[in-house]
Order: sequence, then structure tokens, then C-alpha cells
Amino acid sequence: MEQSPINWGRPRDDVYGHYSEAISQAPNTHSLPKKHTQQPTVTGSSVIGIKFDKGVIVAADTLASYGSLARFDNIDRLTQVGDSTIVGIGGDISDMQYVQRLLEELEIEENYDNSGDQSLHSENIFNYLSKVYYNRRSKMDPLWNAVLVGGVDSKDEPFLSHVDLLGVTFSSPALATGFGAYLALPLLRQLVPYPDSYKNVTEADARAMVEKCMKVLFYRDARSIDKYDVATITKGNVKIEKDIKCKDQNWRFAEDIRGYGRTTS
Amino acid sequence: MFRNSYDNDSVTYSPTGRLFQVEYALEAIKQGSAVVGLVSKTHAVVVALKRNAEELGSYQKKIIKVDNHLGVALAGLAPDARVLSNFLRQQAMSSQMVYKRPLAVSRAVYAIADKAQGNTQQYGRRPYGVGLLIIGHDEAGPHLYEFLPSGSALEYRGAAIGARSQAARTYLEKKFEEFPELSLEELVVEGLNALRDTLAQDKELTLKNTSIAYVGKDTPFTLLDDDKVVDWLAKLDGVSRKSNPRPTGGEEAAEGTTTEGEPAADAPETDAPADADTMDTTE
Repeated sequence: MEQSPINWGRPRDDVYGHYSEAISQAPNTHSLPKKHTQQPTVTGSSVIGIKFDKGVIVAADTLASYGSLARFDNIDRLTQVGDSTIVGIGGDISDMQYVQRLLEELEIEENYDNSGDQSLHSENIFNYLSKVYYNRRSKMDPLWNAVLVGGVDSKDEPFLSHVDLLGVTFSSPALATGFGAYLALPLLRQLVPYPDSYKNVTEADARAMVEKCMKVLFYRDARSIDKYDVATITKGNVKIEKDIKCKDQNWRFAEDIRGYGRTTS
Repeated sequence: MFRNSYDNDSVTYSPTGRLFQVEYALEAIKQGSAVVGLVSKTHAVVVALKRNAEELGSYQKKIIKVDNHLGVALAGLAPDARVLSNFLRQQAMSSQMVYKRPLAVSRAVYAIADKAQGNTQQYGRRPYGVGLLIIGHDEAGPHLYEFLPSGSALEYRGAAIGARSQAARTYLEKKFEEFPELSLEELVVEGLNALRDTLAQDKELTLKNTSIAYVGKDTPFTLLDDDKVVDWLAKLDGVSRKSNPRPTGGEEAAEGTTTEGEPAADAPETDAPADADTMDTTE
């Protein structure tokens, strides 16, 4: 290496021959930094969840959009993990499938050497997921999702928590991601305005409100569809209902609306 | 010439299918002073006999806390026990960090059992020279496991390892059917009774040489030493000698209540190393 200040960093001419200026002009094939996920491609929309006195209901529609194209209309976004937890995922579908694989591995690993002294409760699965999401965003390579974890915790209490691509976590008796946060959450909060309100909510009431929310989302969210899955988790029981249609839609008023203001006739 | 050409490393089988290095490691446990463990439906207890290398020296710790719900008692090479208990601490913290739950006792035990097994299968390594009694409480209740350097990890209702531990096992085998229903206090006293059977002729359990640890559902892992074991040793004196006379001193036990009534705290420190070998590092 040439140590003379004017030639710092260059091979010595007497050893390697005359320095070719072309070397420093050579096109840099690594001119751009490594690219990570910078935007989602195929996406799922809202996930909504609400606690009731004995458990939790989580719901998500079955659409996976490719931009504004309703590309796949039969994608399950609710995943059961263990025997008392449902993970509902919105956002990038390929990242969702990766997370679903992680959760499957987690469950296999749990059962591998487990003599039954321990089981995966909702808070364990949620805590694991929150570490995964925060770890990935800290590597500047986020998993582009918003996630609801619903179920029954180790004290047999209803559990509902949220984690997203930033690793942000929070908990509430009613939660919703995406458009649901704007459209469904105000409705859900009519049932559970305060942290303890869910103790006075029956499964039937919560279920009826979830159906109403999914209908409102179908009315007003352009990336939604009128077909959805609902999971109801109570102590020792997970019930998943698939392909529910939005019922009792009201479009009758439409025929009375004409034009965009006073008409000439 | 070698006396035995099949004991140079831990990965060579003898013609009879034995791993001598592993068996030698098991011998190291027998050099260590005794530890006794036992479980009820609600609690797990270990009691241990501590040794000092010489009169002026301190007594080597025998019980190590791992987490609020988990701890180990050792017999054998103390440094190896430190390595294993530090590893368990990391496992316990990892479980709390990633899953927000205490490490299950069975998982903890199998984790170190797998490490020990690996050392018997890879050239250039040696087996751990320590046996552990692991107590803990998890979702499934209280547990007691015995860990051996061979990689064996078995759950017990009562167990004892270390020097003269056979005497303690004999005691436990006689009484283990009562253990499930015992209170914590009764369980500790039974542990001390069993531990006392491992003592040499002229020895006594004293506040200096006795360690007690217990754990249960709403009882975090608690380690008692020195002044804190005095009350327990007092209970021992009141209950035990009558119901459990020392096998060697039939006459002595009948009339020997005067010496036994002596408060443990005032008992003269007669404890000396079990053998004169000052290089012995087993505890």
C-alpha cells in the first residue's frame, strides 16, 4: 500500500504497475443499500376483536387485495395457536404466512419436549409475537402487519392485545386494526366503554355487534369483502366459523337518490 | 501400562458396554456431602449438609437459587454446578423475556441433561462431575428432579445424593408415602431427619453446616442458612430422635436425651473435613 499522503489507499506503482484511474471510476454494483420490505403488496384489511364475560371474539374478512384489485377472495387470516388462542393478522399476506409458519414451529417446539407441565397461553404467544415484530422493525426490515391476539390467559381470563409492524403493543376490551380502527372500534366501544365493561357483555351481544361491524366495514372499506371468518374463544374451547356472509344489508334507499344536487326536471 | 484401556476418554465403550469416564464422574458425586430432597402436594424441599475445608475456612454453599420458582442443590464439583446453574438462569430469563412465563421445571432439567449427555458423546470433553437435586414449582405443581452427569434426569418423590446418602434414601423409602399430605414445616423436618442419617458418628446438624431451601405455589424459592436454620433444627430435636432412633445407638438413643436437648446454636463446632485430602474440591 502506498503510504505517501498524495497516494493514500492506492497500490504501489513499483509493485503493481501504474495505477489505473478506471478502477476508481468502475461502476459500483452495490450502489444502493440492501432493500427490505418497503411496502406491502398483497394485503388483508381489518381485524376486529372484542372481549365478553367468558371469552373473546375475533373476526376478519377473507379478502387478500393486490392494490385495488380484489385478487384472492378465500384467504384465512385467523390462525389458531395452542388450544386457547387465535391470532388475527392484517397487512402484508406473505409476511402473514411467514408469521403463521413461525407460530406453527412454536407449537411444534412446545409439544416436542413437553411432558404436559406447561401449555401455551394467549399472553405467551402474544409476548413472543411482540418480540418478533419489534426485532424485525429494529433491523429496519419490518413484518408489514397489524395483529390481534385473542384468547384465554393462564388465569382463564379473556385476553385481547394488539401488536403491529413497529412492535407497538396495547390492550383493550375492544380492538381493531386498519379501517376497523376508524369504523368498527366506535361501535364495539358502545358495548365495552370501560376496561371492566366486558364482564357485563354476553357472547350473543358481542357476536351481534361483530356482525354489525363486519357489515359496516363491507359498506365503507373499499378493500373489504362481504365474506368473513369469526373465532370465538372461551375457556377450553375454540370455535371457528368460516365463510359467514354479511346479512341484512340495506340498499333500498339507493333508488331514491338521484343526481348530486338540484336537478332540472 | 494402563490399568484399564477403556477409561481414557468419555466416548470409548468398554467391551461390556460401559463408559468408565461417566462412571468416574458419578464417583465424584459420592465424594460430595449429602443433599436430600422431597416433595409434598404443595411444596418441594431440599436440605443439604455443608462442609468446610478446614476449621478456619467458610462452608461451601450447597444450594443455588436459579429463579423465584426454581433452585438446585449440588453434590460433587461445585464449579460444574455453577456452570450448570448459570446456564439454567439464562434459560429462565430467556423464558421470561420471550414468552413471559417461568421456565417449566421439566424443561430446565432436560436442558442440562442434554448438555451432560453431549459431553459423553463428543471427543475432547469431559462429563460434569456433579449431581444435582432440582426443586421447583410450575403449572403442574411442585417437582423434585435428580440430575446426574450421565445425562439421566428422573423425577422423584424423595431423593438423596452425596456421601452416605444411602442412609437418607433408606429413611425416605420408609416414609415417602406420607409425604404428599405433609405441611411445609413437616416436610422440612422429614428432610432434616433424612439428612441427619447421612452424618458420620460424631457429627451433628448445626446452624453452620445445614442449608434448607423450599418452594411452593405461593412460596417463592427460599434459601435458609446460618441463623435462619436454628428454629428448624430446634423442631428437629423435639420430634425426631424418639420416633427415629439412630440405628447405631439403640441404648444411647434411649438415655441420650441429655446431649440431644442441647440447643443446636451452642453445639461446639466439631465439624472437620471428611478426609485429610485438602485437594478435594468436591462439596
